[in-house]
Amino acid sequence: MGKLIVHQDKITDIKALTALCPFGAMEDKGGKLEISAACKLCKLCVKKGGGAVEFVEEVEAAIDKSEWKGIAVYVDHVDRRIHPVTFELIGKAKELAAKINQPVYAVFIGSDIKKEAEEVLHYGVDKVFAADNELLKDFKIETYTKAFELFINMVKPAAILVGATPVGLQLAPRVAARFKTGLTADCTVLDIHENTDLVQIRPAFGGNIMAEILTPNTRPQMATVRYKIMDAPERMDEAKGSIEEIAINDSVLTSRVEVLEITKKPKEIGIENADILVVAGRGVKKKEDLKLIEDLAAALGGDFACTRPLVECGWMDAKRQIGLSGRTVRPKLIITCGVSGAIQFLAGMDHAEEIFAVNTDPKASIFKAANYAVVGDLYEIVPKLTEMIKAGRAIL
Amino acid sequence: MEILVCIKQVPGSNKVEVDPVTGVLKRSGADAKMNPYDLYALETGLRLKEKYGGNLSVITMGPPQAKAVIREAFAMGADRGAIITDRKFGGADVLATSYTLSQGIRKFGKFDLIICGLQTTDGDTAQVGPEVSEQLDIPCVSNVRDIKDADDKNLTVDMEMSEDIEKVKISFPCLITVQKDINEPRLPSYKKAKATAQREILEFTLKDMEDTDEKHYGLSGSPTQVQRIFPPNHEKSQETLTGTGETLAGTIYAILKQKKFVA
Repeated sequence: MGKLIVHQDKITDIKALTALCPFGAMEDKGGKLEISAACKLCKLCVKKGGGAVEFVEEVEAAIDKSEWKGIAVYVDHVDRRIHPVTFELIGKAKELAAKINQPVYAVFIGSDIKKEAEEVLHYGVDKVFAADNELLKDFKIETYTKAFELFINMVKPAAILVGATPVGLQLAPRVAARFKTGLTADCTVLDIHENTDLVQIRPAFGGNIMAEILTPNTRPQMATVRYKIMDAPERMDEAKGSIEEIAINDSVLTSRVEVLEITKKPKEIGIENADILVVAGRGVKKKEDLKLIEDLAAALGGDFACTRPLVECGWMDAKRQIGLSGRTVRPKLIITCGVSGAIQFLAGMDHAEEIFAVNTDPKASIFKAANYAVVGDLYEIVPKLTEMIKAGRAIL
Repeated sequence: MEILVCIKQVPGSNKVEVDPVTGVLKRSGADAKMNPYDLYALETGLRLKEKYGGNLSVITMGPPQAKAVIREAFAMGADRGAIITDRKFGGADVLATSYTLSQGIRKFGKFDLIICGLQTTDGDTAQVGPEVSEQLDIPCVSNVRDIKDADDKNLTVDMEMSEDIEKVKISFPCLITVQKDINEPRLPSYKKAKATAQREILEFTLKDMEDTDEKHYGLSGSPTQVQRIFPPNHEKSQETLTGTGETLAGTIYAILKQKKFVA
């Protein structure tokens, strides 16, 4: 919280100063330096501007952080089928809660959910708070937000983790806006300070940069995390912890949305669930050459995928795109072919167990993420490798 | 039907790097474009307008040069445009951005339907749309992949969930965010661009808002704070393989075999 103040008299070289800004937010207006709305408050001009730009901190009315305790996880489900990201987040929440010696909660909103709430207790949460009401059978933004609001007011958790699923991506922002609190999307790393400030790390500025984000002056702190980023704990044979009901009155569950019909999606391409993936990048020169990638994938008994530019060219279905704006994958083996390795792509696959990267450019950033940096031409390597795998199989 | 589409100007390229020595952020190229996801939102709005009548307005928030995306929307067929711009809005996170947008929207007019793209390519959060709906106290449906029907009171859409498609009816006023699969956006028309070159773009600054308290906008109104930015670090056991195509294929094959990926 704070703002920038420009000391015009301390400016020695206005051109050099405006050039400092990576967002082009500083302008020379007739010898006077002005900062435009493009400013992202990265404070580079404060650090490097020789005192010409000053950052003035504004002291906020501090909240009492000790009143907010525990790490809560939203139980993501559609018609009581719990999304596995829920268990991954419970795993992370347990780790964070242990550091600050506070409890782990799950918040479960739905109808007739007793059995499913019991199931959550097998993953080591201290309490499941259940908002169980017929009117909560289907996900509707207003009723679910209301139930979430009641949970927060009742429990006052320090932090809430929500899966970045179609439900979580609507519910989390709606709740965050209601509590006028911070929400950090698609965190890839989470940690916690002793004062319960949640350390949220995510790729930012749409580029090759990671940002560490805190929500220091509001509670609850909220973060969404994608599926397959965190590790799920083992299911315990015995259920531990208890289920507590969130009292909810029918009259507060009004909605301007009506669910008319729910149909199963047709069976889709599921690169998320593939154990082996072969990925085509911009190093593939023609659409026809994708056959090389598909053949290798077939020989390995895996599936194939691609990077964003290939989807934008219309070469492959968007459902096969890996990365922040595509799918997150976590295969046992991934072989990237002609992929340069933009951060958004890496964020979608760098949890793969074995990464082979084939690229002709020894400086390609994909190599930083790879276990095996293969400096070479995919056009020479891929067909040969496919042949060898096929031949190997034939011998057996 | 009074329709509003929220659009944003984003960097033309996502090439941003941190200089490992100085820690300085390097941003290459100053070119900017309309957030690609917003084109689908605009197309959705234009088709609804063509079918049911009414007006299509667009609103954006950003520095004055972001007016370019409003001009582009005019060239696609939008009727009215407004920009929310003020230095005091800089450094806004999701909450402050959605609050500023909701204030600007209240100022701009009354709308039956607000359409947003699923996400932007620079922020990549997909959260601003739903937060705007809360700030305006209207219902919201995200991830819309098809518009089924509309009348003067309701809109019926298909919302995509993880495993299902939910057909939902939502009453006006409301907000939806639409996916890329929803349609094929039209190209801007040169004729329309020329005809609208002089069309007025409204400008809203802090003093035009219902709430003029600086503390609710920009960095001051943002509960999240960026502590530091750093280049991604990949700590992994690494091996670099070089040689001819044939040797490399052989080496990869041997490793895959050793690790039991191939027989």
